[in-house]
Amino acid sequence: MDIKEFILKFAEEIEIENQEDLTPDTVFRDLEEWSSLSVMVFIAFADENFGKQIGDKQIAECNTIQDLYNLMKA
Amino acid sequence: MAIMKFNGIGITAMAGAVPSHVVENLKYTDHFSPEMVKEVVEKVGIYERRFADEKTCSSDLCFAAAQKLILDNNINRDEIDLLVFISQTADYRMPATSITLQHRLGLKNSCIAFDVNLGCSAFLYGMSVVYSMVSSGNIRKALILDGETRSKVYGPRDRRSAFIFGDAGVAALVERNPKFGDSYISLNSDGSRADLIMIKAGGYRHMSTPETLKERVIDEYGNMRSDEQGYMKGGDVFNFVIREIPRDIKNTLATANVTADQMDYIVFHQANNFINSYIAKKMKLNVEKIPHTIEKFGNTSSVSVPLTIVSELNGKLDGQKTLLMSAFGVGMTWASGIIPFVDCKISDIVEVENGLPCDEFLRRDYTPIEGGAEESTTNPKKED
Repeated sequence: MDIKEFILKFAEEIEIENQEDLTPDTVFRDLEEWSSLSVMVFIAFADENFGKQIGDKQIAECNTIQDLYNLMKA
Repeated sequence: MAIMKFNGIGITAMAGAVPSHVVENLKYTDHFSPEMVKEVVEKVGIYERRFADEKTCSSDLCFAAAQKLILDNNINRDEIDLLVFISQTADYRMPATSITLQHRLGLKNSCIAFDVNLGCSAFLYGMSVVYSMVSSGNIRKALILDGETRSKVYGPRDRRSAFIFGDAGVAALVERNPKFGDSYISLNSDGSRADLIMIKAGGYRHMSTPETLKERVIDEYGNMRSDEQGYMKGGDVFNFVIREIPRDIKNTLATANVTADQMDYIVFHQANNFINSYIAKKMKLNVEKIPHTIEKFGNTSSVSVPLTIVSELNGKLDGQKTLLMSAFGVGMTWASGIIPFVDCKISDIVEVENGLPCDEFLRRDYTPIEGGAEESTTNPKKED
């Protein structure tokens, strides 16, 4: 999965309306749709699509969508 | 791997009790906007919960459930040789609540009674203890009473836990009978994750002070709670659960030499709908075999597994059935069970108000624990 596809899937999971505004540098935490619930949704997304087990701490260390993508690829 | 095996022991009757007060989650908007509440409620799938009033404790919910079970099934109280009370919201720091229930239920003094304090997976722990003791031979009838008032544990201003928890109590009667086949119970612990779910103050490491009672902002989302209220690191719990629960279920099924398809019902701890749906999807389980009560009772901690059986499998446990039970929670601890049920008698759920069963018939033989002059002078009130 490349970063473009990742952004699309991320937007779908977190239910972000203006997908076209998202770039790898977007600070996901500043998005209106991002909430503490999104953490749970993203953890499920990481497990399902990448077989990655991540927790609150790893997500807290990320700022941009690129950071999340890197976490998936690590 | 500690997976216990029992033979010829089973749950022969069950009953449940909930507070009469229904909280509609979409209207639980005193501290958060209706939009935010709606988003949380829909994600966790919890629309209604039951909240115990000030006078209702876990023991009162269990008393009502036990009375219902004893009266519906015409149980001779003198044949009850063991009572195990499961809760993390006991009446007192001492004595153990089980002992007060021995008296209130009119059980004899030679009845063994003690408490199990463990958390969301505790029903299977309680079962393992009771099954073990019943295996020893001389116990005729044993009662598992499992009650929680988690609504009193979590603060309304921390949105990560404010919409999740509800209150309930359950009674289960355990007996020996060759008609029951093998039961398998797997129990696990990971104390390195003790801080994922915790009530920090009020025990003996951080004793209660005026400071521990103060609500303060605890994160970047503006959530508030005091150290006397529970907290949950939801993401870490979820991450832990999606890794460990499928693994433990698979191990337990393999030990019992059965498959998930052979189970009649699969009963999960009702943590929230998002977690349960994800595990079912991940393990490719048949969702028609998975009863749920999360939408109407919320997360009732250790009571959620037996409450879901009482609520959803009433009338469905005639003949020989096998249930897979799975639960996880604070500790962390997690447990799986493959449990045979044979003609289990399930009573209708009863309601409790002001510490008493709403059904007057269930109040017979009721003995208050704190009578008249001896009544406690401390009556802690929740701050609004």
